[in-house]
Amino acid sequence: MSRILTVKNLVTRFYTFDGVVHALNGVSFHLDHGETLAIVGESGSGKSVTMMSLLHLLPMPPARIEEGEAVFEDDDGPIDLLKLSKPERRRVRGGKIGYIFQDALSALNPVMTVGRQVRESIMEHLSLDQKAARERTIQLLEHVGIPGAKSRYGNYPHQFSGGMRQRVMIAVAIACDPKIVIADEPTTALDVTVQAQIIELTKRIQDELGISVIWITHDLGVVAGIADRVLVMYAGSAVEISPVDRLYEHPQHPYTEGLLAALPRVGAKRGKRLASIKGSPPDLQEPPRHCQFAWRCPYNFDRCWASAPPLFEVGEGHYTKCYYDMDQERPR
Amino acid sequence: MPEPNGPPTATADPAPEYLVRVEHLKKHFPIMRGIVWQRQVGAVKAVDDISFGIRAGETLGVVGESGCGKSTTGRAILQLQPPSSGRVFLDEVELTGLNESALRRVRPRMQMIFQDSYDSLNPRHSVGRIIMEPMVVQGIMEEADRRSRMAELLDLVGLNLNHAVRYPHEFSGGQRQRINIARALALNPDFIVCDEPISALDVSIQAQVVNLFEDLQRKLGLTYLFIAHDLSMVQHISDRVAVMYLGKVMELADRDDLFDDPLHPYTQSLISAVPVPDPKLERNRRRITLQGEVPSPARPPRGCVFHTRCPLAQEICSEQAPEYREVLPEHFVACHFADRKGGSKISV
Repeated sequence: MSRILTVKNLVTRFYTFDGVVHALNGVSFHLDHGETLAIVGESGSGKSVTMMSLLHLLPMPPARIEEGEAVFEDDDGPIDLLKLSKPERRRVRGGKIGYIFQDALSALNPVMTVGRQVRESIMEHLSLDQKAARERTIQLLEHVGIPGAKSRYGNYPHQFSGGMRQRVMIAVAIACDPKIVIADEPTTALDVTVQAQIIELTKRIQDELGISVIWITHDLGVVAGIADRVLVMYAGSAVEISPVDRLYEHPQHPYTEGLLAALPRVGAKRGKRLASIKGSPPDLQEPPRHCQFAWRCPYNFDRCWASAPPLFEVGEGHYTKCYYDMDQERPR
Repeated sequence: MPEPNGPPTATADPAPEYLVRVEHLKKHFPIMRGIVWQRQVGAVKAVDDISFGIRAGETLGVVGESGCGKSTTGRAILQLQPPSSGRVFLDEVELTGLNESALRRVRPRMQMIFQDSYDSLNPRHSVGRIIMEPMVVQGIMEEADRRSRMAELLDLVGLNLNHAVRYPHEFSGGQRQRINIARALALNPDFIVCDEPISALDVSIQAQVVNLFEDLQRKLGLTYLFIAHDLSMVQHISDRVAVMYLGKVMELADRDDLFDDPLHPYTQSLISAVPVPDPKLERNRRRITLQGEVPSPARPPRGCVFHTRCPLAQEICSEQAPEYREVLPEHFVACHFADRKGGSKISV
């Protein structure tokens, strides 16, 4: 499979009045054509900041992208997303890379009809006149499963239910035939039965259009159902990258192991305690000098406190940032 | 055996095994129209005629999608929002219809923990003051005793005395929820309504707080009504589970019976929609996908409220509301077809 996006050593910091927040400390990963990469992590781990950095969606200042490159394989050669000029960014955003936000109600303009919002994106990126753009909008709305798309073209976002609004967001994201769609917790605010509908829809669209998807979530259940590969983030670092099956069967980072163990299991015995990770995530205002998970890690030893671990390869396509070999039960 | 769904007369003698009993509880919010001459044009039936009991020392989980009335149920039981009709008992005491001062005397026995751990703590009070406040309100104990009780409570929830002088904003979400729990325990309650207490927390912290809930239950013999939308967590913590939809209880059973053999089509769909953290299982899973979304509780469908989305709906479902009844021992269902073997099972 060929690469469509390669991110290397991305460092993003926020310069606030209270001090510097080290949001991303050198995140590297890649995305292949047609695959789904899930990014999991807790709040503040840097999942969204990673994606927003790539698309220049962070307010600057206070944010600053200090280092890194993000090579996107465009039709006419590779481009570095981090070095784009303003007009080029606009061409990529929405045109080459679609974005689905978590909160559809605040992502959509409340005083603009839904049809116009989808149409606007189409007219911005594809050279279609108003009539053709309108046609395409209605087709898209039908395609994402909005009943009576034609009559709902002139409706405002508040007239849609949560699930329907998320469908509109998906329509906007795929309106201009993007190569990549970034879905930032698209189902977190939805009820489970509606979440199941949206996941099914996203999978169908991905198959039809052959797009690559980056799906940001904190729900390890959702990840199991949608992902080909998984990137686990903790305190601004990508701590583990793995094919999905391997990650669940054979986690190689203590944090991933802890997360999986903390989930209640179906069919578990009554009265069985959940395994929990002690403590809470670190303060990101401290510059990272060692493994950020060391405080909470059951395996930590002297080397963990001396330097931040590099990425070790532990299997095919499986990488972990940990000095401790959990299989051999000894330091690497 | 008492029938929680029976008419009030049938349960006139209080059933000793239930600590909390809810009979035909309704909570309707009026929809008003007009500015000067307001008139009622309808009602949001947030909770519509539900009955159940909670045994001493058990955890009853309540699940359902947003707008199903699970939080309103919790609030109505505690009389934080007085029910529109129906009766609620705590032991032998009928809570419905009690006046303010009588209610205040019962309040120490029942407490609530809210989802938003920050909004439910006064940001301008120190943690110590927050935890001691219930004792001050109830006017019990001397100042010195309150302090030692506060220290005891902090220890109980895994905080320490140094935390007492700090303010809520200095704590993480998980710690703040511990403060909320300490405050709820201040007056030695029997019964606690936990309204989505872990929904806002991260996975690794959720497990800590859930374990704390379980430890406290064991130590203090607490009874919980545990409201949540996360099915796997509810399955973990509950002894029995009630599934709500549009203000009604659709199914109530022992947690193993409910999850292993759900009888109501809605329960089956709900369980089927929850993603399991196991990629191999997920890939081979056949899902029941419900069409559409939950209708507005201001205009619930006629007949069975679920019939608009139910894959098994027949003519009778849109005409007649099914009776909520005990189909199997201790297994209550509101579906017309639940009596026949396999009659209410959705095949995938």
